[in-house]
Amino acid sequence: MPTSSSVSDAAIRVEELGKRYRIGSRPRYKTLRDLIATGAGAPMRIARTLIGNAPPPPPEQTIWALRGVTFEIGHGEVVGIIGRNGAGKSTLLKVLSRITSPDEGRARIRGRVGSLLEVGTGFHFELTGRENIFLNGAILGMRHSEISRKFDEIVAFAGVEQFLDTPVKHYSSGMYLRLAFSVAAHLDPEILLVDEVLAVGDATFQRKCLDKMQDVGRRGRTVLFVSHNMPAIARLCERTILLDSGGVKMDGPSHRVVASYLSSDVGTTAAREWRDPATAPGNKTARLRAVSVKTADGTITDAVDIRRPVGLEMVFDVCEPGWVLTPVFDFFNEEGLLLFGTLDSDPQWRGRPRECGTYTATAWIPGNLLTEGTVIVDAELITTHPTAQHFYERQAVAFHVVDSMEGDSARGDWGGSMPGVIRPMLRWSTQVAPARDETHARVAGKADVS
Amino acid sequence: MSSVTATPEAAPPPVIIIKPSSGWIGLKLSEIWSYRELLYFLIWRDLKVRYKQTALGALWAVIQPLFTMLIFALFFGRLAKMPSDGIPYPIFSYTGLVPWTFFARGLASSSNSLVDSANLIRKVYFPRLMIPIADVLSGLVDFAIAFLVLIVMMVYYGVTPSSRIIWLPAFLLLALVAALAVGLWLSVLNVEYRDVKYTVPFLTQFWMFATPIVYPSSLLTGKWRVLFGLNPMVGVVEGFRWCILGAKTTPGPMIAASAAASVALLIGGAFYFRRMEKTFADVV
Repeated sequence: MPTSSSVSDAAIRVEELGKRYRIGSRPRYKTLRDLIATGAGAPMRIARTLIGNAPPPPPEQTIWALRGVTFEIGHGEVVGIIGRNGAGKSTLLKVLSRITSPDEGRARIRGRVGSLLEVGTGFHFELTGRENIFLNGAILGMRHSEISRKFDEIVAFAGVEQFLDTPVKHYSSGMYLRLAFSVAAHLDPEILLVDEVLAVGDATFQRKCLDKMQDVGRRGRTVLFVSHNMPAIARLCERTILLDSGGVKMDGPSHRVVASYLSSDVGTTAAREWRDPATAPGNKTARLRAVSVKTADGTITDAVDIRRPVGLEMVFDVCEPGWVLTPVFDFFNEEGLLLFGTLDSDPQWRGRPRECGTYTATAWIPGNLLTEGTVIVDAELITTHPTAQHFYERQAVAFHVVDSMEGDSARGDWGGSMPGVIRPMLRWSTQVAPARDETHARVAGKADVS
Repeated sequence: MSSVTATPEAAPPPVIIIKPSSGWIGLKLSEIWSYRELLYFLIWRDLKVRYKQTALGALWAVIQPLFTMLIFALFFGRLAKMPSDGIPYPIFSYTGLVPWTFFARGLASSSNSLVDSANLIRKVYFPRLMIPIADVLSGLVDFAIAFLVLIVMMVYYGVTPSSRIIWLPAFLLLALVAALAVGLWLSVLNVEYRDVKYTVPFLTQFWMFATPIVYPSSLLTGKWRVLFGLNPMVGVVEGFRWCILGAKTTPGPMIAASAAASVALLIGGAFYFRRMEKTFADVV
């Protein structure tokens, strides 16, 4: 005790943490038949499998979701965790919440831990809002007395006062999420682990959730916060850890880590290239070579004028002839909301099998359609008949839409905040009818009567 | 670095060490105790939703054993003239069916419990043992309802229980231990092998005929009785008949064998459960 406590008073200390998953052809669950078929003549192996003593699978069938992760978080720190999908963020939170156990290394946590990996875990549709508050609270680790004490606050935050005694199956999805988040937001542990749970609900409610999270941080709680929402990370966390392929790639002040993430090849940029076909996204039919964001004159840019069209270019190799291929882009905003998707509709290639070669497909988004902010683009290549996906690269590129405020964009001369997920420039028209004397008189007369 | 200012208790904060575990690990019963409120809520949820949207509601707790008894009384009692130790056949079989239904129901629900709670297991930490325990315990309510019918039948048949009735809780506990013990094993196996789901109804049926419900255990004699007692439900059913109906068979080695078998199965099941627990979130 004396040695270990003097070494560190950190709230969370993680040393060389590693978690391995099996991949490949392994089905989601086994059947006894498989076990007997593969283990025929080896009863000891069956017995060992049943008690979990099976020898570890060969290395090519495993993937390290986390490896060699080391960091320390002091009491009261609010730390963001970012990284591309599959970087190990959620696995890290699962290990720290003790949902799954690590395969190597160790972690030491001082203080009561509350984890929020999903909103509404354990909610039961047949139960009323009131009953679900108590049930969900208990599942998240709150004591009955604690829930009773915070009950009114939870209900007020969610704004579901009139529906407390209605089964939640009759709730709208918005109400359901508000109630679920509200219970979780009132969990008041010393250490809070939060996964991407704020990507729910409408913008107003998301803002409310972020405020609540900020509040938790201000009260001296230690918070570990996973998100794709870079503005939220920058706002809530002073420090951010960037994970990449299961390891810590960068750890430091949020603004620096976020900036680096958005501009490095780990993160998302306006142009990405896969030089080595062996590791490029794809299959034996096609491989992705590059994705980039371009202006009309062909320059690669990550800052796009809101008034100008922007082109998304996808370069891919076709290695197996005869497939009808359709490039696809999906566009997300920084809150993770899917803005829209687009499939290549060029009549020249519709239904036409492609020869081997390198293809460059470009989609043009008209000016005055996107709103200001970050746009993240997924690139995909599919075949519709028969359905096949040749590659799907999430967060392939990203760019920022900027309004230079010259008065000729959709915001006109308004310089303040302008919510909304798109911002098309609409054609406005106004007719003016010349003022007529009797109209004025009638209005004036009515005004006199009243 | 700011220190924690809002901790209400002066007690030092709990320290959790997370590291790879392998082999057999302790049961951590104290942790289960500290989560007792969650256990209460899981049982409460189960009871709240069990008979939602059913027309007959809690009557279902009675219908199953009652109708089984009627069928048994007709076919085994009337037609096959099955001996029943001098006790009217309907109450003889119903007294066996009440704990049996509790056991069978506990087995069915607890063996599926982990799979049904997959979402909880993947998203929240708590001692996983709570899940099958809650499922078995919530069956006690159905047991109580079915027991009320037994009391009515006792009045009808003029059965007055003797002072032996004070042993009833012990036999109920034995039924609970047996259901939980088998339930733990099956629930863990079901996580990896969904075959269990299809095995349980068949297993339950088979098991019922290996338990003296339609027939008295007095059909067996001598050493066979102890061997028979290794089926935990033998001791439970015989115990129920002994303390409620005053059946002739006195508790002896047979019931002791049942108790020993149940406890051994429970301890083994609990350790097996704890050993496999760490993989649940990844596999279920």
